[in-house]
Amino acid sequence: MKKLLKNKTVLANARIYLLVTLGFVVMFFMNNAGMLSSSWKGYLVPICVYISLAVSLNLLVGICGELSLGHAGFMGIGAFTGIVIAALLKGKVESDFLRLLIAMVGGGILSGILGFLIGIPVLRLRGDYLAIVTLAFGEIMKNIIGNLYAGTDNNGFHMAVTTTKMALGDGGKYIINGPMGATGVQKLATFPMGFLLVLFTLFVVLNLVNSKEGRAIKAVRDNRIAAESVGINVTAFRMKAFVVSAVLAGMAGALFGLNYSSITASKFNFNTSINILVFVVMGGMGNILGSVISATVLYVLPEAMRSLEDYRLILYAVVLILVMLFTWSPKVKEKVAIVSDKFSRMFKKKEVETNG
Amino acid sequence: MSFLQYLINGISIGAVYAIIALGYTMVYGIAKMLNFAHGDVIMVGAYASYCVTSYLGLPAIVSILVAVAVCTLLGIVIEGLAYKPLRGTPSLAVLITAIGVSYFLQNAAQLIFGSAPKNFKSIVSMKALTLFGGGLTITGEVLVTIVVCVAIMVGLTLFTSRTRMGKAMRAVSEDRAAAQLMGINVNQTISVTFAIGSALAAVAGVLLCSTVPTLMPTTGAMPGIRAFTAAVFGGIGSIPGAMLGGILLGIIETFSKAYISTQFSDAIVFSVLIIILLVKPAGLLGKQIQEKV
Repeated sequence: MKKLLKNKTVLANARIYLLVTLGFVVMFFMNNAGMLSSSWKGYLVPICVYISLAVSLNLLVGICGELSLGHAGFMGIGAFTGIVIAALLKGKVESDFLRLLIAMVGGGILSGILGFLIGIPVLRLRGDYLAIVTLAFGEIMKNIIGNLYAGTDNNGFHMAVTTTKMALGDGGKYIINGPMGATGVQKLATFPMGFLLVLFTLFVVLNLVNSKEGRAIKAVRDNRIAAESVGINVTAFRMKAFVVSAVLAGMAGALFGLNYSSITASKFNFNTSINILVFVVMGGMGNILGSVISATVLYVLPEAMRSLEDYRLILYAVVLILVMLFTWSPKVKEKVAIVSDKFSRMFKKKEVETNG
Repeated sequence: MSFLQYLINGISIGAVYAIIALGYTMVYGIAKMLNFAHGDVIMVGAYASYCVTSYLGLPAIVSILVAVAVCTLLGIVIEGLAYKPLRGTPSLAVLITAIGVSYFLQNAAQLIFGSAPKNFKSIVSMKALTLFGGGLTITGEVLVTIVVCVAIMVGLTLFTSRTRMGKAMRAVSEDRAAAQLMGINVNQTISVTFAIGSALAAVAGVLLCSTVPTLMPTTGAMPGIRAFTAAVFGGIGSIPGAMLGGILLGIIETFSKAYISTQFSDAIVFSVLIIILLVKPAGLLGKQIQEKV
């Protein structure tokens, strides 16, 4: 036990779990005590979803070093799979919690399978070409989901991807209605489930990062040729990271989809992918705790600025640019250092004066 | 005959993509960054042109000049304020800054002009050509777009091969450090590249909105992504590649809309892109760089 406590990674990971749990407990009790406004209550599940998405994308972008611009595509697959599963199991599985869980697992599995299939061609490419192919994949998924019809009638379940509306027989009811998206979805998502999802995501990603696989993946990121020459199977490890990331995004997507009464495919577009990427980069690439914090803050920030109305998104853009300049630009950093130096001297002088 | 009609329309859309893709590809070749704000510069150019013709009532040619001037300036300012301080930092940091600039431009436009679409009046007053007894119609916009695209292509090729600045650009894109050692002002070269790219974006914006007459703050986003795809398609960093990629993308898009399905045109276009990249991982005309240890 003592040895375990001395281990740096174990301590760092424990800190992440502790922080997340603390955040959950505080919000949970505040919510139960009725201290949260209705809009804040609405943020709880999406925050959990975006934390999971950011952490899973960080595995790809930060740990694996592959820029992916199609994360929302996996989220969309998960969302619509989850919605269909939840609708089909209605009345068959009594517990809402269990139904939600099955829907999320289903969404994750399908997303993972597609991630594997897409990974075969995608992972042959590198750098910006990989990025553009993930972007293309995200757009294809959005396009297909936007023309997907699913529904049940007396003959059972039907599904089709067509341009003309799919016809249903007697007693027909659409679950997904093409470009109209899914409507009349039973809102199953709960905040505790969101917390469990975040914990699961953290557990998977942190364990992967600190395992033999994780070290191999990082080696591939830092120098692919060197990694290959010491016998690391580059493609296999990249594929592993890609599929794990897709599964987690699919699960998060399922929770997201079941949090709203209606949702369309256009929600899972390029902008959403970019937003998740912004969370990852702002939190620090490869830094899991950073992703958790930045996803929370950056999701809440534009929402909390609603009173500024039209100016809020422009402010968000300015914040984004300034943060990047202040954290990366050598010149800006230099100037900041000079200013802070002057300030500290001013205070020191005052101290000297008061002492004297 | 309808085949020829679709082909010409496809080339026309493709020509607009090609002009936008040139901006992406030049900036990528020289600054090694994906300038995601490029699509929104198109939108700014279109709004500038719209303001000049609708509010000031000036002729179309003036509006184009104003749009080009505004965008050139905008390109230089964006580069100087947002990208230049980040030179030499990880490419993702610059990418996020570019996304920030893109959000900024879109929301600034929304604040100034509102989110309601404006009806853009075409700058081309030429009558449509009718050939083969009505079998084939070529609108003035299509003709102008194709002519402008060819002119830009020729101009850029001459510029990069003949002028001092053009040669400096090629040198910087080949090897920045070596170019600097040869006495090339790298910062200035990059600024000029941004200026040219943004000027081209202004032209593309005016042409785009003349063909599709609705102008919104998000007008530039989708053509921007398409053109980026086109640039990769042709081999990013390569000027003839951007041209070829843009026009092929336009033709594929029009044909898939005409012969396969309107709803799935996005999926078809992007699937073709994926297939091309699998066969030629550096794009159609891109150079495959051999990695050395």
